[in-house]
Amino acid sequence: MARITAGIGTSHVPAIGAAIDHDKTQEDYWKPLFDGYMPAQEYVEKNTPDVAILVYNDHASAFSLELISTFLLGVADYFPPADEGYGPRQVPGVEGHPELAWHLAESLILDEFDMAIANEMPVDHGLTVPLSITCGQPDAWPFKVIPLCVNVIQYPQPTGKRCFKLGQAIRKAVESFPEDLNVAIYGTGGMSHQLQGERAGLINADFDTAFLDDLTANVDRLVNIGHMEYLRESGSEGIEMIMWLIMRGALGEQAKEIYRHYHVPASNTGAGLIVLEAA
Amino acid sequence: MDKNYHDIPGTYVFDGTQNRAGYHLNMFCKSLDVEANRDAFRNDPDVYLDRYPMTAEQRKAIEDRDWLGMLQLGGNIYYTFKIAIFDQVSMQAVGGMMSNMTEEEFRQMMVNGGRSVEGNRSKSEGN
Repeated sequence: MARITAGIGTSHVPAIGAAIDHDKTQEDYWKPLFDGYMPAQEYVEKNTPDVAILVYNDHASAFSLELISTFLLGVADYFPPADEGYGPRQVPGVEGHPELAWHLAESLILDEFDMAIANEMPVDHGLTVPLSITCGQPDAWPFKVIPLCVNVIQYPQPTGKRCFKLGQAIRKAVESFPEDLNVAIYGTGGMSHQLQGERAGLINADFDTAFLDDLTANVDRLVNIGHMEYLRESGSEGIEMIMWLIMRGALGEQAKEIYRHYHVPASNTGAGLIVLEAA
Repeated sequence: MDKNYHDIPGTYVFDGTQNRAGYHLNMFCKSLDVEANRDAFRNDPDVYLDRYPMTAEQRKAIEDRDWLGMLQLGGNIYYTFKIAIFDQVSMQAVGGMMSNMTEEEFRQMMVNGGRSVEGNRSKSEGN
């Protein structure tokens, strides 16, 4: 039986990827952020999963306004890094796990979560930056990846509650996969940030810290945060944190915090990272 | 449907109304993902912009690099930022231009912990 053992929440700021790609991680501006990532990298190295389900959002790279899907699973065996206007990131391509991905798609749809399915799509910084943060700069990513892409750009985004329930359904689906696989799940994006408007640059460290605390202490509170509260308190792009709730839902009732790191700023963002284990 | 998010100051929530208003503006921005399109836009902006049936205001906002104006006319930041990438302008410079600060002032604000939510939550409550 496959099982979900660990959950990782992390921001996926493009500038973090650029700092890694251009060897800037030891510069004064970036060093405190990257020093805090090392224990998470060590954790992933010691507890390397076979497959990671990586919950992220596309930033108008693979998809555009032509077609907006709320939840989408990538079922391909390979996902190339997207060109986001600078040329594709020089990182390894991402190997998928089509067997488990199709099992998830089928199980989730029959469980009333109506996933869109993608056989071909490039993956942008939303997916590759979390891999860089937790795996460094290997020649190939150390595990296979199933991309789970969530719409967080077009209002209304799915509710946090729906995301949490999707996570619960993912746990059930993984546990019904016959092969013995160690599966990790990533929830990415956030934390507080606002890229747009006169309020650009908003950071709310109190909101972010309480969010990290309540991933273990009070999940019910997080699940019930609505759109207005995210938009108002954590910035218009802070609503990406709903993706962390898919990760948290997939860990089961109880989760144990193994490690966390929080740093302001990474470019325009409050950068958070948390490592959780299913308890 | 309740649109109470219009009460949040300095924030343009990309809802269906904005999507409809800004569709061609955003799809112009999206087209800059392709190198041949970037070259065509660089060579003759007027001819290139003619491909997208935008309003005169939207077209002027693009020509003026009026980042706030683009948002007000239906632009979405993930799309309009593609123009900034084309111009080789940073997100912090764009953030500054939208909030009346220089790039350096904006960068320094972020280093100091970012823009506080205090006083920036609600137009009606003023908190």
